[in-house]
Amino acid sequence: MLSHYSYDIAHLIGATVLMAGFALLYQRRLQAVLNTFAFQALALAAAAGWQAHVQNAPHLWVTAGIALVFKAILVPFALHWLVKELGIHRAVETALSIGWTMIVGVALVALSIMLVLPVTANAAALTRESLALAMSVVLLGLLMMITRHNAVTQVVGFMALENGLILAAVSAKGMPLVVEISVAFSVLVAMTLFGIFFFRIRERFDSLDLQYLETHRGDR
Amino acid sequence: MTMAMLWQVLHILLIVALAPLVTGWVRLVKSRLNGRCGPSPLQPYRDLFRLLQKESVVAHSASWVFRAAPYITFAAIWLAACAVPTFTLNMALVPAADLIAVVALLGLARFWTALAGMDVGTSFGGLGSSREMLIASLAEPAMLMVTFSLSLLSGSTSPARIMMFVLSGNIGLSVSLGLALVALIMVALAETGRIPIDNPATHLELTMVHEAMLLEYSGRHLAMMDMAAMVRLLLFLALIGGVFLPFGIGLPGGGPAQAAVGLAAFLARTFALASLMAVFETSIAKMRVFRYADFLGGALLLGLLATIFHYVSEAV
Repeated sequence: MLSHYSYDIAHLIGATVLMAGFALLYQRRLQAVLNTFAFQALALAAAAGWQAHVQNAPHLWVTAGIALVFKAILVPFALHWLVKELGIHRAVETALSIGWTMIVGVALVALSIMLVLPVTANAAALTRESLALAMSVVLLGLLMMITRHNAVTQVVGFMALENGLILAAVSAKGMPLVVEISVAFSVLVAMTLFGIFFFRIRERFDSLDLQYLETHRGDR
Repeated sequence: MTMAMLWQVLHILLIVALAPLVTGWVRLVKSRLNGRCGPSPLQPYRDLFRLLQKESVVAHSASWVFRAAPYITFAAIWLAACAVPTFTLNMALVPAADLIAVVALLGLARFWTALAGMDVGTSFGGLGSSREMLIASLAEPAMLMVTFSLSLLSGSTSPARIMMFVLSGNIGLSVSLGLALVALIMVALAETGRIPIDNPATHLELTMVHEAMLLEYSGRHLAMMDMAAMVRLLLFLALIGGVFLPFGIGLPGGGPAQAAVGLAAFLARTFALASLMAVFETSIAKMRVFRYADFLGGALLLGLLATIFHYVSEAV
């Protein structure tokens, strides 16, 4: 009975992370996007904490702590600061209308389920469902990066994608801590680089809309 | 069987007796959250009584549709409410009840309200009707999607069967059920005309939807329309509370003691849900009309996801 509930709760937290991924696509205000991202990271920390409890794996508590401190607090705080500092337009500009983005998102969830379930036929039930959820979160992050013009929302998409990777990592048993820590730190490094790039892009183009960059691509 | 008949009749009466109190309670909680003193929760009873005393003024250009619509609307919604169990599952109409029929009856009521809004020919009424139809065309598919995912989970479209299935406990904490809950709440906000879709307390011409259709009504006609809206709110609270928190509800074959426990549980969860709704309504702003499609499309997609995840957990 206990294992049944532990499985259900893990599944439920994973679905919360996925729902936050959808909420990210739904938001129209930059501030709301950042707050939703913080919520997703919070749900991710809860997922890692629950897995640490269920698998009796103390190193997952470290993962949960990293997710909580860095991704739920530091990164959203830094992005809020950046938005304020750069005086970015507060509305989210989309390449595809929000309704269509959501529909594509659901199609991606269906795709990842159809992909993951046959491939992992021999794995434990918990791992399979969590993998399907994590893969959906990754694809939604990618979708967000594709359908948003603004550099800040693209970075949030990247971070959401990385949340999906962590979700996959915590649900698979025996993932070494080194991998997770290195992923977490690479995200921090990426965050710093993005921050510097924001300033550089804005200096040159007076905007964070990445469409301006496209005219400078070599293959046109 | 006679017991089931008795409970059914009590249920029908309870719905009508309780609906104004629930609406009054929501208004009171909202007033308190806004820092106002607020009217007594009994105020809707007084309003209805006052309206029933007054004469009904009908426009010269009104046809029989205008006069018939309040009664048909109220009857359709009341009948729909009869199919959603409140305090006991041991009711005579339970075998005939069906969530799809509930959706259809709500659609019928909506259709007549919209007709009545256009009948007199004032611009506000027509505007309200057109917006109401916009919302309906988005909310109804979402509601049906939720119905489908719930019936896939439980193997039946009957509200009582779904409640029994959730109560049986072999469902655990299903993701599908959680997604269906969120989707159903979003649909319920649209169907009952609450913030963020419609503001039930406004008569501002730019924002009103449901009130715009009722502008021409007065007296007993208005009382019927208001009562229909109150019963619809209670119906959705009973449906959400019953499907997702059916604890304590009287089972088939249970005696009066079980029904009494069920009644207490029903009252507790209905007023708790109504208070939550008031908090939610106070904390957010009304949405632009052009965003309805995103909001209700989101509800539809959540219903779809609930179905997808149902198949995932089946496959595992």
